[in-house]
Parts: sequence; structure tokens; C-alpha cells
Amino acid sequence: MTEGWRHTAKPFAWRRSLWIAALLTPALLVMVLFVLWPLLSAFRFAFYEFNGLRPSGFIGLENFRKVLFEKPYSDWTWNAFKHNVIAFLALMLFENGTAFLIAFALLKALPGHRIHQVIVFLPVVLSAVIVGFLWKLFLHPLFGLVNQLLGLVGIGAVPWLGNENTALGSILFANIWHWLGFPTLVLLAGMQRISKDVLEAARLDGAGDYALMTKIVWPLIAPSVTIVTILTFIGSFNWFEIPYVMAGLTGSPGGSTDVLGLYFYRTAFGSTTTGIQDFGQGSALAVLMFVFVAGITAIALRYLRRREIEQ
Amino acid sequence: MRDRGETIRNGAIQLLLAGNAVIMIYPLFVMVASSFKTNAEIFSSPLSLPTHFSSANLEKVWTETNFVRYLANSVGITAASVALILLFSTLASYAIARYRFRLSSLVLMFFLSGMTVPLKLAIIPLFIQLDTLGLVDSYLGLVLVYVAMGIPSAVFIMTGFLRTLPRELEESARMDGASELRIMWSIMLPLARPALVIVAIQNAVPIWNDFFFPLVLITSDNLKTLPQGLTVFVGEFTTDWGVLFTGLTLAALPITLLYIVLSKQFISGITQGAVK
Repeated sequence: MTEGWRHTAKPFAWRRSLWIAALLTPALLVMVLFVLWPLLSAFRFAFYEFNGLRPSGFIGLENFRKVLFEKPYSDWTWNAFKHNVIAFLALMLFENGTAFLIAFALLKALPGHRIHQVIVFLPVVLSAVIVGFLWKLFLHPLFGLVNQLLGLVGIGAVPWLGNENTALGSILFANIWHWLGFPTLVLLAGMQRISKDVLEAARLDGAGDYALMTKIVWPLIAPSVTIVTILTFIGSFNWFEIPYVMAGLTGSPGGSTDVLGLYFYRTAFGSTTTGIQDFGQGSALAVLMFVFVAGITAIALRYLRRREIEQ
Repeated sequence: MRDRGETIRNGAIQLLLAGNAVIMIYPLFVMVASSFKTNAEIFSSPLSLPTHFSSANLEKVWTETNFVRYLANSVGITAASVALILLFSTLASYAIARYRFRLSSLVLMFFLSGMTVPLKLAIIPLFIQLDTLGLVDSYLGLVLVYVAMGIPSAVFIMTGFLRTLPRELEESARMDGASELRIMWSIMLPLARPALVIVAIQNAVPIWNDFFFPLVLITSDNLKTLPQGLTVFVGEFTTDWGVLFTGLTLAALPITLLYIVLSKQFISGITQGAVK
């Protein structure tokens, strides 16, 4: 009896395994070929010298030393890094700050709040290339919409993208316009999860809108704030499209809008102005950016999660 | 007294929202309006409405540029990528969610860890890999990269969803002698439609809008996608703003229309997609 059972079960078990393997294979194969292998190679390549497209010799930490400490590379690296930090701080303050206010306004669910949700999220679905070019035209010193409107109230023409002091801010503005709806609706979703009873109770205790916002809503949406902060951080340090479109590959004028994404791209794939193309140094930059972002994200997550629990 | 305060506060809130709506919509309105204007009209009176609806810019975009080609490429690449993401990740999720097997949790972990990988930073080895396979400057190479990027979160969503489906359905079909393939295809997957829609939108929007990977991987003008093609287009028509605004309007049009129809699914798909 047991013998017979074994004889029939075995081919079945074998067919079952084959079926499961067949289901898994396509996805696994793509992941191994185009995620796992490139990722492992990315770390390896950072320690190699390159001759065109192929690694030619192991050189230890040389690529890292160059991008971090040898001029002019180190100057470029730190200059770009500084702009990423500025971008992160500016987006936290202006983009997420505005998003919080709008989300709080939407939470009231006054007439028309649904159409406002759709409107604020509309630019999010557009390509950064469209948004970048659109604002580049609008920020044109002579014929752009922005200066034309400012001219109506008597403010003279400002060369927004041509001046080192205003270029980064202008690009950040376009970025905020593009993405504002995203943190807004993530924060709104967090606010909508607060129980109605809590809000009612606070109201009955005589809490005004301001007290409600700072004492009740802000602490209770800590998990959404964590998500928005982390995504803003990752986004700020992977920033590429809008600066590329609006300020070009070299972060003009004078490198005042250069960010790590642009610098990495120039190093890896070359640019017409610098003429340098180095996969080794590019890989070192990529590894540094990855380690930095992953490391800070991990630390920040621990800190922010603890904050969520305390409140 | 309290009511009056409430009215004033609500008025202030409506004002804030209306102001924000103007800032969001007005630039897009000017973009569309400018696409009907001549260059001279844009420069002399940028804020006014077009005096007459001229289709000259549209004809120029249609006949003198590769715009239609870029559009078709974007449609094809997005459709192929999303289809393969849905197919591959549904198959894998089905195996993980509906069968017990030894390495199941390890396989799931492998897929999920892919969600944390910024594939852009692995672009150098990815480029070399595709070069070795002869897939640089081809549709297939770009599609495979998008599929690899989309699978992890798709597996995450699909596995979670497929696990919630009741066992009884599957078992009664098995009793009736249905094959595993038939059970999956005609009984289980039709029930997974809502999750499939979320996964499709979540992947279609970033792929449709992507600029970085085509920039690195595609060099032939005939293979370029819409966002990448726009940069070519802007380079050619630098001073012809009427044509530029028309190009931007046309590029924004398909996804905007789709968004207006499916705004609820877009919003939940995109916010969930990044939040995970």
C-alpha cells in the first residue's frame, strides 16, 4: 500500500515542483539579470580602473580617493552635495510645509474639496521633462510668464535661471510645483485616519483650528510625516530630471545648480564640456550615494519611528 | 458668534485652496493657450488669449518633427513593460501565495528586497550588461529594465492580494479535476482584477514619464520616447515658442486625459506605489 502510494505521488510531486518553478522563473530571471547582477557589479566596479567599457585592473580605493579628495573632482563632488542638501531642506520646508497646510484645509471637507484634490495632484502625473521645459519658458527673462506677471506690479525683469543666486531656487520652485500634490495627499490620507471621535472631543473642549492642527493633527500623523520625510530625502539626493532639463548637464550657471545626479551622469557617460568619461569614478560616486542615502535613511527611520511611538 | 468665526475660517480655507488651484492650473492654461498663438503673439501679448485658433503650430509639429514617432514609441514601450510586469509578477506571486514550498519565504524576501534598490545608481553595470547582450539602443533592453524595476512592488501587492482569496474556490475546482493552470487562469486571476489595475497604473505612469533610462540606453532618434524626444524637439525649435508650447501640450495631453477619467485610481496607485 505504502509502496503504491509512493509510486504515484512521486511523479505528482515532481510535476508540482516543475509547475511552481515555471511560475517563478521569468520574474526571477529578470531580477537576477537586471537587478541583482548589476547591483553587485556596481560595488565591484568602484574598485576598478576602466578602459572604455571594460574594467581593466583592480585599484583599491583609488576611485573613492579621487572623487572625495583630489581636485578638481572633490570640488565638484562637494559642490553638488551641498546643493542636494539645500534642495532637501528647501523641499522639507516649502514643499512639505505647504502640503501640510493644504492637507489640513482639505481635511475640513468643505464644498469642492474633491476637485481641489484632483487639481493639486495633476502636475504629479506629468513628466519632469514637460514640467522642466514649461517652467524654463515661463522663467525666460524677457518673454516668460513670470516676469510678465511681475512686470504688471512693477517689478523689473529677473534673469531667474541665468543668475547664480536665483537659479537653484527657481529650479526648486518648479520641482515644488510638480510634486506638491504628492506629500499633500499622503499627509491628507494620514489625517483622515485620525478617528472622528478624537477630533470631536477636542472641538468640544474648545480647541480652535490652530490648537487642533498643532496639538492633535500634527502628532497623530507622525507615520505619514516619516514617509514624506524619507521620500523627500531620497528624492533630493537622486534629483536629476528637472535640473538636467532646466539648467543643463553642467548645472549652469557656473555650477550653481549642479547636483550629485548630474555630476554622476557626467562622470559616467561624459559631457561635451569636460570630456571626462570614467566608469570607475562613476561607480565610486554611485556607491557613495547609495551608502549615504541608505545609511541616513536607516538612521532616520529608527529615530522617526521612535518619535511615532512616543506620540 | 461662533458661527461667524466658523464662516470666516472656512472662507479663509476656501481662499487658500482657490489660490493654490490657480497656481496649479494657470501655468497649464497658458501652455495650452500659447499653443494656438503665433510666435509674435506670444512675445507681444503673452498673457492674453489667442485672437484666433491657429493650427499652424500643430501642423508643424505633426509634419516637421518626429513627434508622432516618439509618441508611438512611448505607447509601445509602456504597454509592453506593463504587460510583462503584470504577467511575470502575477505568475510569481501566484506561486508564492497559493502553494506551500520550501524556499517560498526566501523567494518572497528576494523580490521584496528589490523594492529598496535604486536601479538608477546601478546604471553603469546595467549599461555594460545590456551592451554584452546586444540590447543597448533597443526597445527590448529598455523594456527589460522597466520590467525589472516594476516586479518587486508588483509582487508585493499581488502576493498580498492573492493570499486573501478563499481556498475553497481553488479546492472545489481541484476536486472537479481542473488542471492547476486552469484554476489559476480562469478561477483565481479574474478575482485579482482590482489589484492588477493598481499595479498597472503604478507602473505605467513612471514608465511613461521616465527620462533617465532612455537618455542612457537609447541613441537612435527613431527609438526615442516622448520625454526624451521632447529634448530633441526643444533643441530644434529653441526660438519658436508656439511650436514648443504645442509640443508640451501634446505631450501632456494623453496622461492628463487619462488622469481626469481615472483620478481616483491614479492618486491611490501613485501614493501607495511610493509609500509601499
